[in-house]
Amino acid sequence: MTAAQRVITILLVVLGTMTTRFLPFLIFPEGKTPPAFILRLGKVLPYAAIGLLVVYCLKDAAAPPDYGLAEGIAIAAVVLIHRWKHSTLLSIGTGTALYMLLVQIFFS
Amino acid sequence: MKRNAFRAALPHTLPICVGFLFLGMSYGFLMRSKGFPFYYPLLMSLFIFAGSMEFVTVNLLLSAFQPVYAFLLTLMVNARHIFYGISMLEKYRGTGWIKLYLIYGMCDESFSINCSASPPPGVDKGWFMFFVTLLNHAYWVAGATLGALLGYVIRFDTTGIEFVMTALFVVIFLNQWEQGGDHKAALTGVACAGLCLALFGSQSFILPAMLLMVICLSFGKDRKEAAG
Repeated sequence: MTAAQRVITILLVVLGTMTTRFLPFLIFPEGKTPPAFILRLGKVLPYAAIGLLVVYCLKDAAAPPDYGLAEGIAIAAVVLIHRWKHSTLLSIGTGTALYMLLVQIFFS
Repeated sequence: MKRNAFRAALPHTLPICVGFLFLGMSYGFLMRSKGFPFYYPLLMSLFIFAGSMEFVTVNLLLSAFQPVYAFLLTLMVNARHIFYGISMLEKYRGTGWIKLYLIYGMCDESFSINCSASPPPGVDKGWFMFFVTLLNHAYWVAGATLGALLGYVIRFDTTGIEFVMTALFVVIFLNQWEQGGDHKAALTGVACAGLCLALFGSQSFILPAMLLMVICLSFGKDRKEAAG
């Protein structure tokens, strides 16, 4: 990607983000109520989008040398630590450190 | 007036400060480890100001140039902001020019404080929400920049550091799940993405997955509707 293409990509991400933030205020100025199906989609999309993102992160995981084993172990650790301590920072920190250890030492 | 509002807003944002510095730093450090100079995370955190999307943008910048895909992916990842906006239509009303910045800076954390916390009596609502948003914005930019700068100084094998993004989304997924979020919708997201990944492969599955997701969710009934 060239520098110009990078800038365009970043600007489009800014534009996309601002679209999602400003849209409701542009469509529904001063007390106009949105239609029911928009409200419903707005309610369920946040959950579905995170599920999609988890899969997005793992899209290339099933490749050699470990066929996703490192990801599997690290995610299991994140889930266990998070259910145990409920600390976002601890879960992310430990999970990432464990993953780095796995891919650098055991699956390199 | 502004001084009072700042003082009232600050304590609400302190937990966010810790989280944003940590996550922002890992984001900045990740960008640096992928070879980007420090002003990339600085400007991206300042202008995009949507944490999860900034992590995804690292991947976008490292792959082939696909502008339409980048835009659509952003809409999808940040679709939740539409819901935030709908929730804040009333609350942001009548705040004057501040409203533009409140909408611009409406990340998950600023939204969660602004929709739940109310300023103490005598403190202007608009300025209170302005400082909540501004402080969170500042923590995030500071974290991202600091992380990138650290990336120049600290040198170690960063192989696998990109897992910080996976871990982040897994944790958000768990939090939503445990806080009684819509389990059916969460599983729909995973299932649609998994199915399309198997069908279309890792390079081109996102767009069909998004489409399938919106279709499934539009036809599904939510619990309240089904009960009522």
